Amino acid sequence: MRLVTVAGPPSCGKTAVLSRACGLLAARGVRTAVVKFDCLQTRDADAYAAAGITAVAALSGGLCPDHFFATNLEEAWDWAAGTGAECCVIETAGLCNRCSPHLRGALALCVVDNLMGIDAPEKIGPMLRLADMALVTKGDLVSQAEREVYRHRIRQMNGRALIRHINGLTGQGCQELATVLSRAPDIATVTDMRLRFAMPAAVCSYCLSETRIGARYQKGNVRKAEFAPVPARDPEGEAAYAAGGPGGPREPGVSGERP
Amino acid sequence: MTSATRATAPNPADAAPAADSDAPVLRTLTALAGHDKSGRSEHADVTFRPGEVTALLGPTGSGKSRFLYDIESLADADTPSGRRILLDDAVPDAERRFALQGRLVAQLTQNMNFVLDMRALPFIRMHAESRAVPDPDATARAVLAAANDLAGEPFADDAHLTQLSGGQSRALMIADAALLSWSPVLLIDEIENAGVDKRRALDLLLRSDKIVVIATHDPVLALSADRRLVFEHGAVRSVLRRTTEEARLLAHVSAMEDQLSDIRARLRRGVSVA
Repeated sequence: MRLVTVAGPPSCGKTAVLSRACGLLAARGVRTAVVKFDCLQTRDADAYAAAGITAVAALSGGLCPDHFFATNLEEAWDWAAGTGAECCVIETAGLCNRCSPHLRGALALCVVDNLMGIDAPEKIGPMLRLADMALVTKGDLVSQAEREVYRHRIRQMNGRALIRHINGLTGQGCQELATVLSRAPDIATVTDMRLRFAMPAAVCSYCLSETRIGARYQKGNVRKAEFAPVPARDPEGEAAYAAGGPGGPREPGVSGERP
Repeated sequence: MTSATRATAPNPADAAPAADSDAPVLRTLTALAGHDKSGRSEHADVTFRPGEVTALLGPTGSGKSRFLYDIESLADADTPSGRRILLDDAVPDAERRFALQGRLVAQLTQNMNFVLDMRALPFIRMHAESRAVPDPDATARAVLAAANDLAGEPFADDAHLTQLSGGQSRALMIADAALLSWSPVLLIDEIENAGVDKRRALDLLLRSDKIVVIATHDPVLALSADRRLVFEHGAVRSVLRRTTEEARLLAHVSAMEDQLSDIRARLRRGVSVA
């Protein structure tokens, strides 16, 4: 069975372009099975079903969705194989933007949209940097200049990926995506495959449902950010100001509130 | 890991990793005749050349968008119209087709706003850098100057893109497309509704040395085009070159338009128009 991982930030149009492309594949006689990994809730399986695509959603709930994806990939693969599909598509929600579900030896796609801001390609990191193909959605909502500059930013982050504009609503580019999906690597099993990028370590007290704030509740893999102190402008003057000294907020004549 | 994409098609990015300086040069683009919605043959093949403006005319649903889509997708008798697109008189081979797909046509739709949170000059300079021009700053300033020439109200280099007026945005989009866009084909939807100086815009586009195609309902623009394609029932019904009589008519309607502009300008300034 062929294997494709598709990653992208929430609401960027992954399901729209994939359900279109999978529908086009079905018309060519190629059956796909889609597994959607998401966090809290998703109606995407219904969206696929409406397009006639076999799909299932797996919700990570209280677990880190990236780790949940990795620990459930074999089961997802077995389910897809059981449907008799020729191509298995794994769609993952934005995860934490630090991660990448992409696997060595499988086709890796990243979906980004043109409305995310000029620095978005840098921010979403490995899911874009390690993709074989970047699909850019919502290009119809921005100008040609913005499309070209955005494309350049994606190219700066990933020097080798194919970059394609695609529109899940009009179908622009979906035929080509269908062809790309149909040529994804054909593999025997996901067991012993390797992730392209190590997932973040996350074993601290909050992983174990701690809800209280404070250093004494923090155990395990905890790292403190550095908050450099901002140099004070004039500590004495500021203290005097706060206390209502000359020029301070409570100094009559400055506030102008004296009757 | 690139085996997946390598298996799919040649990757143009391998040759040019950082900058899109590989803009294609196109001598001709030809749309071989297809058929209309009832299967009747189209009027004729249409060949486009750089530096030439073609106007598309016809009511909504007559097939203008399909025609443009066929060009953009490099149709190979695989779309409802049955048209085939030739580049430089030949069916593009797989490699060229792949390199161009989705990038052959730059589009200026009726979109009148930018969404990116950047200032005008840095944004255009970034576009210039992506095209690897020798002097991005000078190029960006030239684009802004051209845009200000088209816009009714000039805007500053450090103006936020999102705060430009509709006319200013559109002027910048047109100037950028003419001077910096990668694509050899430029398609414009109804330039006349933009609040820009449309004849100056047309001059700028002509000098861009791109194949320019304008969908329009404006008589001056339609007559200004070297050639007009008239659509009906999903196909090109006729291809009309501007005749000598039409050139005279163009001069006439242009003069009428100048007169209207003059009256408009006087009314704006509060000067007598009687």
